[in-house]
Amino acid sequence: MGMNAPAWTFAALFLPFLAAALAPVLVGRFGARAAWFLALAPFLSFLNFLRFFGEISRGEVVTGGYMWAPSLNLSFSWFLDGLSLTFAALVTGIGTLIVIYSGGYLKGHPHQGRFLAFMLLFMGAMLGLVVSDSFLMLFAYWELTSIASFLLIGFDHERPAARRAALQALLVTGGGGLCLLAGLVLLWDVTGITQMSLLIHMETSLRESPFYLAILLLVLGGCFTKSAQFPFHFWLPNAMEAPTPVSAYLHSATMVKAGVYLLMRLQPALGATPAWEILLPFFGGITLVAGALMALRHTDMKMMLAYTTMASLGLLVMLTGFGSPHAVEAAVLYLVAHALFKGALFMIVGAIDHEAGTRDISKLAGLRKFMPWTFAAAVLAALSMAGLPLFFGFLAKEEIYAALAAGNPRAVFFTTLALIGNALMFAVAFGIAFKPFLGVFAHHEGVRHHIHEAPLSIFLGPAALALAGLVAGLASGVVHTYVSSPMASAILHETVTIDISTLPHIGLPLFLSLVTIAFGLAIFWKLSRVRSLMAALFESLGPGPDRGFDTALNALLHFAASVTRIVQPGRLEIYITITFVLVAAMLLVPPIVFGELPGLPPLPAGGVLVQEGLFLGIAVIGIAAVLRAGDRLTAIVSLGIQGFAVAVIFLLFGAPDLSFTQFMVETLSVVILALVMTRLRLSPSDSRPIGQRLFDGILAIACGLGFTLLLLKTFETPFDNVLTDFFNAYSKVIAHGANVVNVIIVDFRGTDTLGEIAVVTITGLAVLALIRVRAGGKTP
Amino acid sequence: MNTLILRTVAPFVTALTLLFSVFVLLRGHNEPGGGFIGGLIAVSGLALYGIAFGVGAVRRALHFHPMAIAGAGLFLSTLSGTISLFAGVPFMTGLWIYPHLFGTEIPLSTVMSFDLGVYLVVLGAITSIALALEQEPGPEADERQSGPDGPQKRGDV
Repeated sequence: MGMNAPAWTFAALFLPFLAAALAPVLVGRFGARAAWFLALAPFLSFLNFLRFFGEISRGEVVTGGYMWAPSLNLSFSWFLDGLSLTFAALVTGIGTLIVIYSGGYLKGHPHQGRFLAFMLLFMGAMLGLVVSDSFLMLFAYWELTSIASFLLIGFDHERPAARRAALQALLVTGGGGLCLLAGLVLLWDVTGITQMSLLIHMETSLRESPFYLAILLLVLGGCFTKSAQFPFHFWLPNAMEAPTPVSAYLHSATMVKAGVYLLMRLQPALGATPAWEILLPFFGGITLVAGALMALRHTDMKMMLAYTTMASLGLLVMLTGFGSPHAVEAAVLYLVAHALFKGALFMIVGAIDHEAGTRDISKLAGLRKFMPWTFAAAVLAALSMAGLPLFFGFLAKEEIYAALAAGNPRAVFFTTLALIGNALMFAVAFGIAFKPFLGVFAHHEGVRHHIHEAPLSIFLGPAALALAGLVAGLASGVVHTYVSSPMASAILHETVTIDISTLPHIGLPLFLSLVTIAFGLAIFWKLSRVRSLMAALFESLGPGPDRGFDTALNALLHFAASVTRIVQPGRLEIYITITFVLVAAMLLVPPIVFGELPGLPPLPAGGVLVQEGLFLGIAVIGIAAVLRAGDRLTAIVSLGIQGFAVAVIFLLFGAPDLSFTQFMVETLSVVILALVMTRLRLSPSDSRPIGQRLFDGILAIACGLGFTLLLLKTFETPFDNVLTDFFNAYSKVIAHGANVVNVIIVDFRGTDTLGEIAVVTITGLAVLALIRVRAGGKTP
Repeated sequence: MNTLILRTVAPFVTALTLLFSVFVLLRGHNEPGGGFIGGLIAVSGLALYGIAFGVGAVRRALHFHPMAIAGAGLFLSTLSGTISLFAGVPFMTGLWIYPHLFGTEIPLSTVMSFDLGVYLVVLGAITSIALALEQEPGPEADERQSGPDGPQKRGDV
């Protein structure tokens, strides 16, 4: 093997991308079976990260990476502590199951390869995000998750709803990404630090900076959009347009958790201020209750789950910002529990949809006969989500209540919010686990006649995650040692130990849990009543931010269209006039305003030579001929006379290369201008009205005068000989060429020339395309 | 300008111009000249040929599409710049060899092939523009102007 640990981790970070590149080929070759093979990539990556748990549990951190641009203090570097390692393990572990699941779920889909490629791309991006140490690396991966989610949500791109949802997710999370970039740049500027691992040691100075609030708001703009906090929550339910594996992954381990991750990551640097402890719990709390209420109004199980994800994210943000170590510990437990049960439940809903043909909860009943194993997994996952004893979700809920419940009004307020949210989510969990499976199977429209148990590839994921929720609850000691405690310690930046176990302890938290369960059961009992009530409630509230997004987008498009109509009227004369007016103004206004006009240059010592005067005269005659020309062709040819005269003057002053080029350019200009003229089918003579002629003439003189003044001014400053001397001295010695001009073009500054000839080629192609468009009679 | 005199003289003038353009290209490293000027000279030669015999004749004489010539030139130049990387020196560093041919030392270099690329790009791109402009609009233009004796509906040039 011979690879060291950093190299392995580097490979682990890039394996998903490699698998993404291979996915279309492998699926094309081996069909759906390829998913089993592709799942190896996240699995190997998962194994690599498992190795670090021992080290991390001892309170160490693992860093590694490679310098990228040392002069700019930029590196490709990762940083594994309890927080990032847990995320990395979730991303790759759940990712493995999701890839296998996608293989079964989209079996036979014509674009399965593409789907898996997007999925793996997404996974790689998320993995990179959570292990990034350097800010820019984090930002790049952050944006990559937005792009990958755009591709995944819009996977069924033939449906307008999917396209709209994809665009919406991209604009909302991408816009938030820009906020985040601004926040990170500001952080960089204020602290001079570009690495997360260093930033979290910078506690006090940052909070006292006058830019603290700006940084906080910008970072929150990024995190809240990504993690679908109110009022940016609307993209998340719309993202349900994506195939179910995407939702399962997006909601359990990736994307939406990115915002929560970053908040947790920045907690040591930005947290523990009044602004942090007001903004986060406030928006988190609203999101929690709003999400849980909205979840109840839907009959589509995927939508129900989507809104509970929104609620859970709200809960996590609320806990992260609550401001006590206890609350952070609760957030850690809930995050892990949520990743397990939400991933499982989404995959179960997908399995039901896949086998029964619908996921409408009001149409399904009695599926336990056909899908007993799926039912079992659903019950396990739902019990964890509901927070019943033995399950990991229970630990999380107990810890939440233990953290929040206290005598002061603030604590009472947030405890109530948590209680309402948890009870509502309890009802949703039971609804999804029991409604479709219990009762008597009755045939509804859209439900298949012959329903089977899901195949192994589809069943494996939810079963493994649901079981993990139970095992983690039972073996809570191990989980705390290796996962929860190190993660909470990383967020709090001090060593904490979590020791809550699944045995119920008598006390206020247990009482609150019992209230939650009772309340949740009551809602579950009357689920359809509550549903219609909620539907009516949200109906009465009027259009939400989802509609507002459309309005804003349309307004932007209208605005862009009207601006375009003003600045791009489509008439060449106007463009050219504006260009030259600006050129003249730029050249003339500053020297006049600042009194920097050049003086008259002295005449050459020996007077003007006869031949010099002669060719100057010819140039003037050429210009006069242009002005007097009766038709355009004569004018073009006369312009050539002037150009040739200037070329000769170059020659007289010792610039043969320049002169040569000028000759050729003039020749070809005349030919090409004449050709253009025939193509444009203009009237042969100039028919501008006298006023227009006068204006154009004045403009031309102003431009000419401006350039003359600029040149004269330039010659007033002493000439710096450094470059000339260098080229003269080394042209022959280094570059073996006596013609300095050519040596500069092809050797000393060859890279410039390479760029220039690329431009010439592209210009040629562009002109060809333009001519084709006209020739084809299409709109220009 | 579709005169007998022009049509008689044009092939010779064009041939000489092209020859001259190569001469200018090759001397460029030590005397006034180089790929850019050489390319422009070649284009003017081809333009003259086009004026005398029409677009189709120039296209047939070139054999390749002019844009393909430009592309090949760009490729050659990039390649010339890249070779230095394999020699372990920075991108675009000139490399020289001095083979002896019939007792004469001939200095060859990546700089020269780079300049040759410049020549081809200028020749190809500008010829391409000129020919496209000269050609009558319409998709079947190539067929209509297939030969010197075909109908010539060019502008009054």
